[in-house]
Amino acid sequence: MSELFDPKRWRPAPLLPRRDPRDGALVFVIAVLCFLACLTALGGLAADRAARGWTGQLTGSATVVVRAMGAESPDIAAGRAAEALAGVPGVAEARTLEKEKAEALLEPWLGRDALLDDLPIPRLVTVEMDAKQPATAAALTQALKAAGIDATVDDHSLWIADIERAAGIARWAALGVFLLIASAAAAVIGFATRAAMAAHRETIEVLHLSGAKADFVVRLFQTRFAKAAALAGLFGASGAAIIGALARLAGGGQGLTPVAPVAWIDLVAVAPTPFLAALVAAVAARLAAQGLIGELA
Amino acid sequence: MRYGRSTEVLKDVSFALAPGSFHFLTGPSGAGKSSLLKLIYLAERPSRGTIELFGRDVEAIAPSDRPYLRRRIGVVFQEFRLLDHLTAFDNVALPLRIAGGKPEAYRTDVAELLSWVGLKNRMHALPPTLSGGEKQRLAIARAVVNRPDILLADEPTGNVDDAHALRILKLFVELNRLGTTVLIASHDEDLVARSGQPVLHLEGGRLRAFGRSLRGGQA
Ligand SMILES: Nc1ncnc2c1ncn2[C@@H]1O[C@H](COP(=O)(O)OP(=O)(O)OP(=O)(O)O)[C@@H](O)[C@H]1O
Ligand SMILES: [Mg+2]
Repeated sequence: MSELFDPKRWRPAPLLPRRDPRDGALVFVIAVLCFLACLTALGGLAADRAARGWTGQLTGSATVVVRAMGAESPDIAAGRAAEALAGVPGVAEARTLEKEKAEALLEPWLGRDALLDDLPIPRLVTVEMDAKQPATAAALTQALKAAGIDATVDDHSLWIADIERAAGIARWAALGVFLLIASAAAAVIGFATRAAMAAHRETIEVLHLSGAKADFVVRLFQTRFAKAAALAGLFGASGAAIIGALARLAGGGQGLTPVAPVAWIDLVAVAPTPFLAALVAAVAARLAAQGLIGELA
Repeated sequence: MRYGRSTEVLKDVSFALAPGSFHFLTGPSGAGKSSLLKLIYLAERPSRGTIELFGRDVEAIAPSDRPYLRRRIGVVFQEFRLLDHLTAFDNVALPLRIAGGKPEAYRTDVAELLSWVGLKNRMHALPPTLSGGEKQRLAIARAVVNRPDILLADEPTGNVDDAHALRILKLFVELNRLGTTVLIASHDEDLVARSGQPVLHLEGGRLRAFGRSLRGGQA
């Protein structure tokens, strides 16, 4: 073996041993943390998309309840209301809901037999808004009043506010969990750095006495843990991406599972994980190493 | 100087090593030879007194400048302090690497030096697989590889036979001839006598000088 050693081909070996028995456990822990962080991010994106989908459907439409006045029949009143509403700028289409459908909506409450023909069942008019410039509820109410129709406009704003509030909470919760995981990862890395520095104390001292600057030594540990974290991030992100892909496939053709719609594009969100993990690890290892090196110099 | 709250190991030690001089440091075991060397290579700080290196008061040197000072001092540690996970070649290349040299520029020098100390066939070996004498020669090669201005050697011939000891002495003399200030702590009276170099004797925390070329001063 020694005869084969050729100084002309020699390259400097890593100053810290390439393999450390503790590295396996560290990579595992960081990978699990990255996996959880990615799942949180995917969940957050899905919740966001779900909320946007629901509010989008709701903002695009309004429901108007028309009550007949005087001798006018409910159907005629509804027809007039639809006409009046169609003329409002920002309304794409206004349609009366057929009597049968209105009855079907009431049936569960009143029962089939109770639905007498002369019972003044309110008629519904559904309004589809112009997607670009939707009409406001106030504008619709104004138009109905001008036409002398007794009606209530429901533009679903109550629902929308609820959904948006829930989505907002989900977003903040996701961010909170994400930060919590990042700080847990940083703490683990800091701990591992201190352990590694204790294990390699002799190496550090020899480097120090040979004239290595503190930063030279700090960088060794910083690089080492950044690499380990990048690898862990790759594992964690891949795991989360697989789960995300399974959710997407399980969601059927449109990928819109009712609770958390995952899109293929969402999977891209896990891509920066190795870099983020490396960054967090580098900073944590750097701070820990600088703290300990300070005592030497 | 003292360690922690113990009694003073070095009490009355005043000397100056002229640039380019060659001295032996002798004294009974536990006299504080290694401690004195540690003060010079900036591993310990004196509890009182001052140390000047290259004409500068050590305490006044900014921490950011200390690495550059250390690079001008080669040390052969009594316990070698080789890095066990690095090959002999990598151990010797270490100071050059720390100083920021390019591998292409120094690897032939490293190989030559290793051959010179008789480790031509052990370049790729890890220190734990070397004999005591081989480790010692490796430690010496590492200490001299970047032609330090000061060479401090702590018992550099403790583990080698006479022939190797003479060869090592020759290396030190050669280095000294090229301008390096040399200070060798040694028990080897034969070697000290044979070299004919001046001696600093440490005993009871006091330093006495024998032989030529010693001038008074603060240390
Ligand atoms: N790190 C330390 N902490 C506390 N005491 C120490 C330390 N190093 C050395 N000493 C003490 O300082 C004294 C001098 O030790 P030193 O190693 O300098 O002696 P020495 O002359 O080199 O001896 P030897 O010839 O056996 O190598 C000894 O009494 C030793 O016990
Ligand atoms: Mg000693």
